[in-house]
Amino acid sequence: MYLSEAMKKSANTALPLFFALLSGTLFSLGLIVSGMVNPAKVLAFLDVAGNWDPTLAFVMLGALAVATPGFRIVLRRRGPWFADRFALPTKSDLEPRLALGAALFGIGWGLAGFCPGPAVTALVTARGDIVLFVAAMLAGTLIHDWVERRTQARR
Amino acid sequence: MTPFTPVSGFLGGMLIGFAAVLLLLANGRIAGVSGIIGGLLTRIRGDVAWRAAFVVGVWLGALIYWIARGELFAVESVASWPVLLIAGLLVGFGTRMGGGCTSGHGVCGIARLSKRSIIATAVFMGSGIATVFVTRHVLV
Repeated sequence: MYLSEAMKKSANTALPLFFALLSGTLFSLGLIVSGMVNPAKVLAFLDVAGNWDPTLAFVMLGALAVATPGFRIVLRRRGPWFADRFALPTKSDLEPRLALGAALFGIGWGLAGFCPGPAVTALVTARGDIVLFVAAMLAGTLIHDWVERRTQARR
Repeated sequence: MTPFTPVSGFLGGMLIGFAAVLLLLANGRIAGVSGIIGGLLTRIRGDVAWRAAFVVGVWLGALIYWIARGELFAVESVASWPVLLIAGLLVGFGTRMGGGCTSGHGVCGIARLSKRSIIATAVFMGSGIATVFVTRHVLV
């Protein structure tokens, strides 16, 4: 079959977007099927001294049961299907900001029961409280970058 | 109190893991939601479209489930608006500072056996558990 250059080019831009879309779709279905989109269930996992619901641990086990061997097999390839190389995190040092950032995230997570994935998924409900949470989350990210730019500029 | 649902939890987790493997295989990217969203805010040229497509996919999945089941999934939140505001700011700031959230560090990072992600996950689980302990058992 003859493929024109223009057709090849549009396939090259459309296909990675299709797979990113498909990945997002499966991702949110996983969050919903597992119940993790429900902050009450997440908080019940974090409430080890109350009526503990260990479901979240099984969600992580299920995810890791697929992703650990899956990543291993995929990373044996020279590169991904639709990009030149794998864009993997390159940092390996354990800086204070890693632990401090994770600690702050955990406090926010424990206060409302939302982490980024479930919060973005739950936006489809168009509920005011979820819109507020996501807006605050985006603001928190922007505030972080603003603070970082200022402290770097001072140096 | 919510019921313990290990089977649907494990199966849903497998879907999340499969989604992460697919994104790495096709796009060479890590399926970390805070990172994907953060990149939409900074908007580096040529690095926006796949992120937007992933987010649209997330909403599409939610709509598919909603339509297929004929009812909306449960999202039970009792947090007041001031608490949601503070929690959101902390989640946005903290995930940016710590370089990831439950999906990026907790799933993808641990799957790669990254020491940073294992530590980050232990820390946010610990501080999350401590926070819930304080709000539910100390302050009440």
